Amino acid sequence: MDINIFQVILVLIVAFVAGMESVLDQWEFHQPILSCTLIGIFTGNIETGILLGGSLQLVALGWMNIGAAVAPDAALAGVGAAILACIQGISADVAVATAIPLAVAGTVLTIFVRTITVGFAHAADGAAEKNDARGIELWLWLSVACQGLRIAIPAGILMAIPAEAVQAGLEAIPTWITGGLSTAGGFIVVVGYAMVMNMMASPKVWPFFFLGFSLASLSELGLIAMGIIGVCLALVYLDLSPEFNGGGNGGSAAVATAGGGSDALDDILNDYE
Amino acid sequence: MAETEKIVLTKKDRQAVFMRTWLLQANWNYERMQNVGWCYAMIPAMRKLYKDPEDQKAFLKRHLEFFNTHPYVAAPVWGVELSLEETKANGAPVDDAAIQGVKIGMMGPLAGVGDPIFWGTLRPVLGAFAASLALAGSILGPILFFVIWNAVRMAFLWYTQEFGYQAGASIAKDLGGGLLQKVTMGASVLGMFIMGVLIPRWTSIDMSSIVFATTDYGSVDSAYPAATELVNALNGVANGATITPDILSNGLNSFSSVAGSGYSVVQQMADQAGNAYTGAEQYRMVGTTTLQSVLDQLLPGLLPLGLTALCMWLLKKGVNPIVIIFALFGVGILGALLGIW
Repeated sequence: MDINIFQVILVLIVAFVAGMESVLDQWEFHQPILSCTLIGIFTGNIETGILLGGSLQLVALGWMNIGAAVAPDAALAGVGAAILACIQGISADVAVATAIPLAVAGTVLTIFVRTITVGFAHAADGAAEKNDARGIELWLWLSVACQGLRIAIPAGILMAIPAEAVQAGLEAIPTWITGGLSTAGGFIVVVGYAMVMNMMASPKVWPFFFLGFSLASLSELGLIAMGIIGVCLALVYLDLSPEFNGGGNGGSAAVATAGGGSDALDDILNDYE
Repeated sequence: MAETEKIVLTKKDRQAVFMRTWLLQANWNYERMQNVGWCYAMIPAMRKLYKDPEDQKAFLKRHLEFFNTHPYVAAPVWGVELSLEETKANGAPVDDAAIQGVKIGMMGPLAGVGDPIFWGTLRPVLGAFAASLALAGSILGPILFFVIWNAVRMAFLWYTQEFGYQAGASIAKDLGGGLLQKVTMGASVLGMFIMGVLIPRWTSIDMSSIVFATTDYGSVDSAYPAATELVNALNGVANGATITPDILSNGLNSFSSVAGSGYSVVQQMADQAGNAYTGAEQYRMVGTTTLQSVLDQLLPGLLPLGLTALCMWLLKKGVNPIVIIFALFGVGILGALLGIW
């Protein structure tokens, strides 16, 4: 697919911003649903971009940076797959499968950058020693620019490879690999779900999981209806659960009575001793 | 200076800090993590509060210490630190250890709240919702994701920073209060419910290729004569036959009943004993019992559920998610090689 120099620059800007956002985690431009859509728009393949973004977003649902642990990199996965699908004309299924090795490569690169930035942090110490606030700001901007380049440079390389080479390379792969990969793409999402659930699960909320699981087989209920049911369940739970209704009148009265009762019992027990 | 006039961080100063808090993780590094980003956001406060170069230098150094938390729940910590620095600049004896202590004391518990709420619940739920729109080809998916996420984020950052600033040092005590736990609990209830919905619906594992048995449930003609009527009418169109709305709707209803009951329509010339079927009798309703249909009778979504449980267990064992992802790709390729899918 032919794209002009302005489109190349726009895609590189998306890649740069996605790279910065993957560490900042603020505007979320590194999430595939945004990065793929933007690349789709700028390359004139809006439909492809949106669909690819939707599929990859599901895969990346649980990819999150917690503490010092670095998750698979959604930025390079989304940007790279979108370049393959929207510019190089690779099918969306295959693009989703290539996103995974790209995510791994992205993780390696971000670990590399996060190590380099130790040096930048020391440079910021030096600036502080000289009361140079401006210097600290510059080192910070330089750090985040490195994170941007971390995605923009691989994106440029992916665009520079001739489409025929990418196609030929992919066609050389036997169908049992591509077929197997795209089938696996259908259930690889469970890893993300598992990460999310390991974070949220506690004995008290497990019943709600199985409630949702059972209701899911009622195909008449759309996701929005499910969302409404979920919000209602959460509100009702918070209202009725004894651990949260300190402010509620009925609940607090009950707690107070229970507390008084146990105190009375304590008194009796104490008297016996 | 402190005796004559109290230096106050105005709303404008606090907004300047707020705008800079977005770069908290810009210099995320393996040594002191978010330290430079933290210091960067405090710089507008330094310029307002301290005029003496030595004070400024000390300020920069004490705010370059280790810091790491969830990037959004850092906002109330900034609020508290702003109020502490303001007190210190006005001459109160707030030492560096107190300033660092508040940061360290707040970052752990707050990260424990921010990670599950934002990364663990809000983003997956919003992302799944947006992805469902996007998969239908709608640009509304990405737009809603962007707008809702950033509206929530900015409102949270600003109001919790203000809350921290107003509450000052006493915020550390509020963390033990009920509100945060309540929000976390409510988010978990909603999140777990939605995960329960998503797992069977959005995971595709199809075991239909593993066929246990096929059974002949009789000819389509004897069960649904209307279907034969429609086929005959269609075959006769070239010869001038007409298809009335009645024939059409009855015939189509018959076909959808056949498909809805899980039968395939198969043309068979003879039964198992070798007796030939003739005419309309050739079209048989055939039911196949596959691994998938057996599992679906047991509980729809059983395989995705089992696979998720396995992944959760592996993750808890400390297996890297990347390893699990590659293993699942391996399973996919192996299945394709064995012809399971």
